[in-house]
Amino acid sequence: MSAAVAVAVLVAGGVFLVLQRGLVRLTLGFVLLSNAANVILLASGGMARRDPPLPGTAGAGDTADPLPQAFALTAIVISFGITVYLLSLARSDRDDDTEDDP
Amino acid sequence: MSAPTLPLAVAVPLLAAAALMPVRRPVVRRAVLFGVLSALSIYYAALVAAVADGSVLATAVGGWPGGVAITFAVDAFSALMLSATALATLLCAAFAAASGDDDRRWFAPLVLILTAGVAGALSTSDVFNLFVFLEVSLVPSYVLIMMSDDRRRRTAARVYITASLLASTLFVSGVALAYGTAGTTNLAALVPAEVRAAGAVLLTALAVKAALAPMHGWLAQSYPYASPAVAAMFSVLHTKVGLYAIYRVYTLMLDGDPAFGPVAVAVCALTMAVGAVAALGPGELRPILSFSMVSTNGYIALGAALSAPVGLAAGIFYLLNDVAVKGALFLSAGAVEHRHRTGRLAGLGGLARREPVVALAFLVPALSLAGMPPFSGFVAKFALVRAAMSEGRHFAAGVAVAASLLTLAAMVKIWQRAFVADPERARAPVAPVGFGLAAPALILGAVTVVLGPGGEWLLALCDVAGRGLADPTGYVEAVLGP
Repeated sequence: MSAAVAVAVLVAGGVFLVLQRGLVRLTLGFVLLSNAANVILLASGGMARRDPPLPGTAGAGDTADPLPQAFALTAIVISFGITVYLLSLARSDRDDDTEDDP
Repeated sequence: MSAPTLPLAVAVPLLAAAALMPVRRPVVRRAVLFGVLSALSIYYAALVAAVADGSVLATAVGGWPGGVAITFAVDAFSALMLSATALATLLCAAFAAASGDDDRRWFAPLVLILTAGVAGALSTSDVFNLFVFLEVSLVPSYVLIMMSDDRRRRTAARVYITASLLASTLFVSGVALAYGTAGTTNLAALVPAEVRAAGAVLLTALAVKAALAPMHGWLAQSYPYASPAVAAMFSVLHTKVGLYAIYRVYTLMLDGDPAFGPVAVAVCALTMAVGAVAALGPGELRPILSFSMVSTNGYIALGAALSAPVGLAAGIFYLLNDVAVKGALFLSAGAVEHRHRTGRLAGLGGLARREPVVALAFLVPALSLAGMPPFSGFVAKFALVRAAMSEGRHFAAGVAVAASLLTLAAMVKIWQRAFVADPERARAPVAPVGFGLAAPALILGAVTVVLGPGGEWLLALCDVAGRGLADPTGYVEAVLGP
């Protein structure tokens, strides 16, 4: 449930920012949206029914599923790279608004 | 041809791109680019021969068990798409060499990374790896689209990146939903009854990538303002890979679910109609072609929406035919734009008399796009409309015929104003388009001529591919192992 609320808040903020004109805001919007996707990825491993992988807490079958974490890590790397590229695009002109562009 | 070599098609271009990064000599970059693309084309032709009987080659990298390993699987559909895209990329690279686009230092490495991503997306059997490979093909594209002299390139790049990134985010969410319900992301192991909702999310994301209406707006705002070589390359790679993934996901994850049929057919009919009507509007070469491309994508997706072997086979033939047709159109229009420095129809005129070679290079694919016999576009449209009729989708078949008439009108408009009519005002004489610039479009145009009357063998191959998609037992067995 907490994951669902987190995704809802992240997507709401992300959609709001993506609809703005400035490229920096748009980039930040995508940061929020990709974080929402990462939370969904982590939640797909079944966060509620898992125990932390610490000695003495649970059997091996109940510990966190590593595969969605690997997925999320991959997705984080990709979105980080694209964020840097978007920010460099925003920096490459005197301002980040495209209002004057044809 | 053995299955363990499949990952090389991804690894070799990636390694070549990494090796080219520090290279400063243009001749070396060009030689490596053409060498790798030619080698891949030959390799894929051998793959087609190996899977032409309907067999499936599958391998799991490093021998890890399924679910952890990166799996590759190539059936007839994958092999045909790999061959077509590799050949078209090679010709687009030849155009870039002739037009000077590849003088930019990062052009060759980026095209190689793009090639690797496309090869991976077309040969993976895992939805998460499909996401990763789609990203590998998109990230270099974000840079390639900025390598343009058009002053609108910043807006184009912004629209393109925004649309692609939204689609990717939605796609990875769909992958998460599939994993959450099924506990695997291997396409072969996903049971259609369990992952329908996840499959619908994935299809929505792929519909954005394939520019299906009503998510088609980004395409005509971005492709026309990339450099001609890059736009041609995108037109034969990106939306085509999206359509390939739609075929794969729709047949494997939704199993041609009848609940989705009417919606999918309606989306395809809308896409055909909207693209064809919108193509009548613009007064520039490549925006018209971009809207026609939206319309064509509706035709191709209709093959998947029919989800019967005959419809799938017709759609696959249309997809392969369109790699040649759309590539030839964008390359010939690009040759005109490169030489005349404008794509506005009002600024051109009289090209047919002064430059018969490039006029021919445009006219043949234009007629093929509109579905005129004897070109391959006619065979594709005929097979698709017949499949739609036999599946009882009469309305979609009617829209398909009407939309091709509108497409013909758009092509006649270009032909009349840019090639036949006298220029509106006298202009300084421009050197005619050289043979090097026109040759890639001519070769792709020749393909569509040959595939018209002589496409029987390809139709037979598409039939094998279509049956492999409609009944994925062989694919599933090959991927999951005995």
